[in-house]
Amino acid sequence: MQTRKPLVESPNGSVELSNEEIARYSRHLIMPEVALDGQKQLKQARVLTIGAGGLGSPLAMYLAAAGIGTIGIVDFDVVDESNLQRQIIHGTSDLGRPKLESAREKIEDINPNVNVETFGEPLSSENALEIFEDFDVIIDGTDNFPTRYLVNDASVLTGKPNVYGSIFRFEGQASVFWAEEGPCYRCLYPEPPPPGLVPSCAEGGVLGILPGAIGTIQATETVKLILGIGEPLIGRLLLYDALGMRFREMRLRKDPNCPVCGENPTVTELIDYQEFCGITQANAQADELPEITVQELEGRLQNGGRVSVLDVREPHEYEVANIGARLIPLAELPERLVELDRDETLAVHCKTGGRSARAVKLLKEAGFENVYNVRGGIDAWSEEIDPSVPKY
Amino acid sequence: MPKIKIPTPLRQYTGGDSEVEVGGETAGETLEKLASEYPDLRQHLYTGDGKLRSFVNVYKGDEDIRYLDGADTEVSEDDELSIIPSIAGGCAGRRCR
Repeated sequence: MQTRKPLVESPNGSVELSNEEIARYSRHLIMPEVALDGQKQLKQARVLTIGAGGLGSPLAMYLAAAGIGTIGIVDFDVVDESNLQRQIIHGTSDLGRPKLESAREKIEDINPNVNVETFGEPLSSENALEIFEDFDVIIDGTDNFPTRYLVNDASVLTGKPNVYGSIFRFEGQASVFWAEEGPCYRCLYPEPPPPGLVPSCAEGGVLGILPGAIGTIQATETVKLILGIGEPLIGRLLLYDALGMRFREMRLRKDPNCPVCGENPTVTELIDYQEFCGITQANAQADELPEITVQELEGRLQNGGRVSVLDVREPHEYEVANIGARLIPLAELPERLVELDRDETLAVHCKTGGRSARAVKLLKEAGFENVYNVRGGIDAWSEEIDPSVPKY
Repeated sequence: MPKIKIPTPLRQYTGGDSEVEVGGETAGETLEKLASEYPDLRQHLYTGDGKLRSFVNVYKGDEDIRYLDGADTEVSEDDELSIIPSIAGGCAGRRCR
């Protein structure tokens, strides 16, 4: 019962299902939309998930349960406490382990018939094309803009569908970008936001359950593409609002002037995505900002040095953990500069150093001369100076 | 007045409101009025030279205004504009963990 051409060639008899697999996939087999042929197609399919994190967790688990033959995973990260709130493929016993190891074990436990291929190096312009070539579908579960553009461009150049999902706080987006059939990611967002303008989950937070919803939608779209059933999200942007519990849909069009998938592409090979997203330049600028380490700050405070500490995080973060600094949230800083003494030496901190770097830049532009960014923020203070300060 | 749906990352600039009503006869006018009423929103919607930022998409109903008449897209009383920014989740650079 196919409504579209399936992504994976119909099995020619070389793929068989054992009695164990037939028992396992019973609920698929009794549906005419899947049936034996469909399950064999799933078994023949090779799917690559970029990221074994918030989105990657539910999608890898459901694809394993569904009987995808080969699941490739790209992730170089290690399991951290703050991951456990949403990255359900990892558990407490996996803390400190590479995510690839814990993901592989979980997948193999869910379904030993799945062949797991792991890629522990970061995806880059040097390796992406070669890695993608071997897979039928690419699923984007990444957490940063440079990688999203890399994944998109590599998918277009290798002709693969890119099942997209992204999340922030209580909202998610999902779509299927496939240049051969519709728009690609660049048709929707030709340019990335400048670094610092769009908060990340680490800065803005995310409802732990949210990637579960979007990751599962991505898994659903992947299965539909492989089987050639239903209407995939090609040319459609699904918007999920968890707080209002509403789904909306926007129409996406292929941009004839798209530099990657348009009629006259100008991007015909992978580029430097860090530079494209302005991160190289932002980091270079940040490197030029005056910094102080948490050790130096502690030293100065203990020796009665005249240094004032300014915290630019939000009040609700201050409530969780603080080092007694004066609090002026970053967004309020421009109007509250009058509260600060220009002659004072000011050490500015936030959680990890990103927002405080922006604050130091702002202060310097406003004429403050003795300002320093506390490298590593309150996280570094907790790790290196005073572990009684909670790390969140 | 036409409604504008405000995405989560920008609600901090509209006092937390997810939907605002702003007058205007075209998409361009409505967005300009929005930026005037909520000045902190301006830098997120417009570049320094007053162009709409390309990572912020504006839809009338379910259609991107780029494929309608752009800023001149007519907007009536019952229309709904949505601002759809790009989001990536996770980590936005080396200084974030």
